[in-house]
Amino acid sequence: MTTPTTGLPPEPAGRRSWLRDHSELGVCVMLLVLGALVLTDALTMDVDLTQRGPVGPRTVPVVVGAGLLVVAVLLAVDVVRGGRGRAETGEDVDLSEPADWRTVLLLTGVFLGSAVLIEPLGFPVSGALLFWGAAFALGSRRFDRDPLIAATVSLVAHTVFDNLLGVPLPGGPLMGVL
Amino acid sequence: MNALTSLLDGFGTALTPINLLWAAIGVLLGTAIGVLPGIGPAMAVALLLPVTYGLEPIGAFIMFAGIYYGAMFGGSTTSILLNTPGESAAVVAAMEGNPMAKSGRGAQALAAAAIGHFAGGMVGTVLLVALAPAVAGLAVDIGAPDYFAIMVLAFIAVTSVLGSSRIRGLASLLIGLTIGLVGLDRMTGQQRLTFGSLQLADGIDVVIVAVGLFAIGEALWVAAHLRRGPPEPIPVGLPWLSRGDVRRTWKSWARGPFIGFPFGAIPAGGAEIPTFLSYVTEKRLSRHQEEWGKGAIEGVAGPESAASASAAGTLVTMLTLGLPTTAVAAVMLAAFQQYGIQPGPLLFEREPDLVWGLIASLFVGMVLLLALNLPLAPVWAKLLRIPRPYLYAGILFFASIGAYAVGGEVIDLVILLIIGLIGFGMRRYGLPVLPAIVAVILGPAAEQQLRRALQISDGSVSGLVGTPFSVTVYAVIVLLLAWPLLKKAVTRRRAEH
Repeated sequence: MTTPTTGLPPEPAGRRSWLRDHSELGVCVMLLVLGALVLTDALTMDVDLTQRGPVGPRTVPVVVGAGLLVVAVLLAVDVVRGGRGRAETGEDVDLSEPADWRTVLLLTGVFLGSAVLIEPLGFPVSGALLFWGAAFALGSRRFDRDPLIAATVSLVAHTVFDNLLGVPLPGGPLMGVL
Repeated sequence: MNALTSLLDGFGTALTPINLLWAAIGVLLGTAIGVLPGIGPAMAVALLLPVTYGLEPIGAFIMFAGIYYGAMFGGSTTSILLNTPGESAAVVAAMEGNPMAKSGRGAQALAAAAIGHFAGGMVGTVLLVALAPAVAGLAVDIGAPDYFAIMVLAFIAVTSVLGSSRIRGLASLLIGLTIGLVGLDRMTGQQRLTFGSLQLADGIDVVIVAVGLFAIGEALWVAAHLRRGPPEPIPVGLPWLSRGDVRRTWKSWARGPFIGFPFGAIPAGGAEIPTFLSYVTEKRLSRHQEEWGKGAIEGVAGPESAASASAAGTLVTMLTLGLPTTAVAAVMLAAFQQYGIQPGPLLFEREPDLVWGLIASLFVGMVLLLALNLPLAPVWAKLLRIPRPYLYAGILFFASIGAYAVGGEVIDLVILLIIGLIGFGMRRYGLPVLPAIVAVILGPAAEQQLRRALQISDGSVSGLVGTPFSVTVYAVIVLLLAWPLLKKAVTRRRAEH
């Protein structure tokens, strides 16, 4: 819902708070960058020889890129005029408190870490580390229980997917020993 | 072939022990996942996409259908017992269901919801059997310009009918189209947005996009705003209904499907609008006006039946035209693509075993859903107490399996995380996720149809509007786009009078 905010005059020292209030402009910047990227990629494409038919591989990217630029501008106008995207709600979502960036960063780090470890250590180990690390990041501090649950979940999932469903996951040195 | 004989053959497929097992697993897994807070039907199906690498298509789709219906019922259970609906379709269930649970009538609310789902699903699937072959028959002759028109309609409908801000819907659509562009151009082999990377030349797999947007994006979003001390569920016993309850609700169960089914079939947000319409209808028709807002059982029965029937309507459009009208249908379409099967008018001719087996399994699934969920309700209620760190850690864990299973590439996990962060940002700034996923899935196909249509007409744009069908579709699109302006004009005129 775009709810128009009541026209508060910007405070003198309020440049930062103005930016915070209008952080959605960041979305516009991202859309602009994306649009520029798509357009450049399309226009630098070498199409003369491969073009078959009137619409070549360039047409749709050009339209999408241009569309991104237009939408970025329109969204910026909407945001400056006071329009706001409504943050998504959910069972476990409490929007009354500010976003907890530490948790999000921790989770991102844990996820990347497990992605790096999946090939050298195998899925059972990297998956268990992912589960435990994520649970830790989300505030679980049961050091007796958490690693045990993580290891069980990871081993069971590995068995089900790798052996029963035929989805290959690397076993790593651990499964070589077992 | 006659629809009834085909359906009987379908039952032959659906009732084999192995397919019965998949249906039961789907229903149980779907309900369990639906009950879990934070996981909706779309995320449930997205997380289970990797099983398509190991299963036969029939088994996989029977399981997905079970998950779809099960997860919708599970979502309503959460709504009734927690009063914090996870997805928009379950909002209405909380309005009367939660007051009922608070006043000690939770068992009746769950029973009304379960039987409502059963009734709505049954009627909806009967309508599906009656209508789908006819729609497929009508659509069999449509060509490239018509397909392109339908896909444009889908894009416009998901961006402008749903959600409250069209510009944000459009932004989401364009993000999806951009993701769909990555890779080799299907007609000329040109590299687009690959930046010279070999991995990107194959394009970004739909599974990774679906899991990233629905699972990683959601988990990160919830993590940023995790409620301290999750809400306490209301304890509940075995669902049952007294004779008086049944007398009050049977008409609501019967009316629901006729509101739900048509809305499921058109791209208008699946169960969200029909559940609300059914609620309003039941309220108007009820003889117990004083109970509304405090726990009127009709307000649970009608909307739940409508929700379940809307899922059947969704399947009509998806199977006959290949158009996803809801997020779940979009993810199921991705599963079809994994198998190299193209849903559409020809599906009924090319894959009769699959389609009719799937439809028959819906009936089987509905019976299983009712038979399992009534006795298991107290167990489901316990799931609501799962510690949230484990729940969201589990989502990330299964999401990483899903992405890695696509091709055994670590780079896929990194792409998954990036798409997940995009999904996080979209939730933060109110960009709806559905247009993006629909664009990723339909975008490349729409481009192909467009280019094919223009090749046939030798570049003349008139080739796009050369058939009565496409002209009709474009007329509908114009109406959709003009609707807010028309509405404004009408209200202004009224205000002047």
